[in-house]
Amino acid sequence: MTWLAWRQFRTQALIALGVTAVLAVFLALTGPHLLHVFDTTVRHCARHNDCLSVQSNYRRMAHWANALNIIVIVVPALIGVFWGAPLIARELEGGTFRVAWTQSVTRQRWTTTKLAVVGLASVVTAGLFSLMVTWWQSPSDTLGASPYSTFDSRDIVPLAYAAFAFALGVALGCIIRRTIPAMASTLAVFIGVRVAVLQYVRPHYLSPVHLVTNFVAPGPTSGPVSQGSGTGWTISSVLKNAAGKVIGQNGGVGPNGNIDFRGFGNGVVKFVGVGTCPNKFPAQLRSGGGTASQGPPPDVQRAVEKCVNSFHLKNVLTYQPGSRYWTFQWIEFSLYLTLALALIGFSVWWIRKRIT
Amino acid sequence: MTTVLEATHLGKSYRGRWALRDCSITIPSGHVVGIVGPNGAGKSTLLNMAAGLISPSAGTIEVLGATPGVSPTQLAKVGFVAQENPVYPGLSIADHLSLGSHLNPSWDQEFATDRLRALNLNQRQRAGKLSGGQRAQLGLTMALAKRPDLLLLDEPVASLDPLARREFLQQLMDTVAGRDVSVVLSSHLVSDVERVCDYLIVLASSKVQVAGDVDDLLAMHHRLIGPRQNAEAVLANQHVIEASHTDKQSTLIVRSDGPVSDPDWTIESISLEDLVLAYMTRAKTESVEHQGSNS
Repeated sequence: MTWLAWRQFRTQALIALGVTAVLAVFLALTGPHLLHVFDTTVRHCARHNDCLSVQSNYRRMAHWANALNIIVIVVPALIGVFWGAPLIARELEGGTFRVAWTQSVTRQRWTTTKLAVVGLASVVTAGLFSLMVTWWQSPSDTLGASPYSTFDSRDIVPLAYAAFAFALGVALGCIIRRTIPAMASTLAVFIGVRVAVLQYVRPHYLSPVHLVTNFVAPGPTSGPVSQGSGTGWTISSVLKNAAGKVIGQNGGVGPNGNIDFRGFGNGVVKFVGVGTCPNKFPAQLRSGGGTASQGPPPDVQRAVEKCVNSFHLKNVLTYQPGSRYWTFQWIEFSLYLTLALALIGFSVWWIRKRIT
Repeated sequence: MTTVLEATHLGKSYRGRWALRDCSITIPSGHVVGIVGPNGAGKSTLLNMAAGLISPSAGTIEVLGATPGVSPTQLAKVGFVAQENPVYPGLSIADHLSLGSHLNPSWDQEFATDRLRALNLNQRQRAGKLSGGQRAQLGLTMALAKRPDLLLLDEPVASLDPLARREFLQQLMDTVAGRDVSVVLSSHLVSDVERVCDYLIVLASSKVQVAGDVDDLLAMHHRLIGPRQNAEAVLANQHVIEASHTDKQSTLIVRSDGPVSDPDWTIESISLEDLVLAYMTRAKTESVEHQGSNS
């Protein structure tokens, strides 16, 4: 049975091997040079105080980086669409399952052998792509603020994405029984699940860390204050009032994070979205004057600080620390692998019990 | 008499619609059996169940003494040529033979190669480029190279033109002659069955209308032509299958258990086609009446 599974998969496997080889050659030719440049310039830039220019120079050399990330993200989807979906659907559509299932091999063995051969190839292919790109990008990844920004195209998760995409394609092919609709729906469902997990599930793998800081009045030249989480993954950054109610996003008031003051004459000033300042201001404020680029006079600035401090606002930064990166990789890997195994089990059951 | 296929109250429903219902049938071994019946009678459903491709919703079916498709051993004993003769379009004829040799322990590669050579089929040709007749031949060769005890053919010639039809059936007969294999084939055309089969089963409305050795059936069935007034008083040993009347005379198709003694009746022999049509007409009338009484 392995012979048949391989014979039917041979052409696709050779195409995949060809594409992988081309990419491998390209990366092998460019990677060592990039690493050399990185080691000789970027790594020691702090000594010469020219990090900004050296880093941007390096990034320009590594302009392939984004394209490579996209390739690693797209490969699992292609595997699901071109290897998973047609695997069973084409046999059902063309009637050839009647040939296969009336040889001296049980249906279960036919199913499990096909799934094993092509499933293994799917995971290995995605693994090779991830391995190559992770290696090639390893110097520039140390420049990025957060490893989470390239989470989907590095290390072990692409393998599980491929396993899931393949299993999803197989399962939809079993149910839909027609190749092209099965391919289209595999792509749609795969993208849907990936986006949904990224948006709604991944942030909650572990309860995030909250960093609470006092909100301070903006300085004379600064705009909205945005607090970063370093190498972590910022889930949200909100402003809370003394009662604990969220009154703003991104280091300011309101959804856009503005910090505005509006004068009403007689030194009465309103902190927009928060309340009326308890202290009187020395001079009339222009509308929105708090963020003027020129900056207010020192006495106005002092009044602004006094006003802001009186409200006891807090910045709450919610984030996943960079140290959790590998934990998150393993959790996401396990999640997709579990989904894949469930879909494989479903397909085996469906072929045995429902295609009758 | 041993049986190759035994079905008891066999039924198959798809989303509440019965493709085959309450079908009891016994097929003896050592024959070339033809199952004829109108489209939708359940012939294909029956053969697919016998091949283990679909499982019954009701009743039981045993093929060569075991549940179809239950084990590699059982699968090895049954050769199956599916309707429309599906093949893997991307694989060559040689690949199909390799498929057979890898998946069947009793595979006879020499037979397969010789047969395809005799048919002038180039082994390197892609199966997707074969004509309907060539696909049917490839399917038959693969099924026979398994060295099965039972060969099932589901409408093997339905998609072939009349010439290819005759050729295929002739070659089927030449190949199975002298081999220890029972054959069951289905068709909606009596002419196909007449050419090759020595045992006939008429399946209509899921029911076996009549089954038996073709020669026996022909010897047993007659057309009686006689005066109209006597139509109701046919002798007790004649079972009327179909009756048609004009003002003056009646024409009856009967199964005779004994000689017709009344000299008023003219007795004619009938063709297999007439016989099958008579049973199919009766089944249709009965099912219409049955549906009428249900509603």
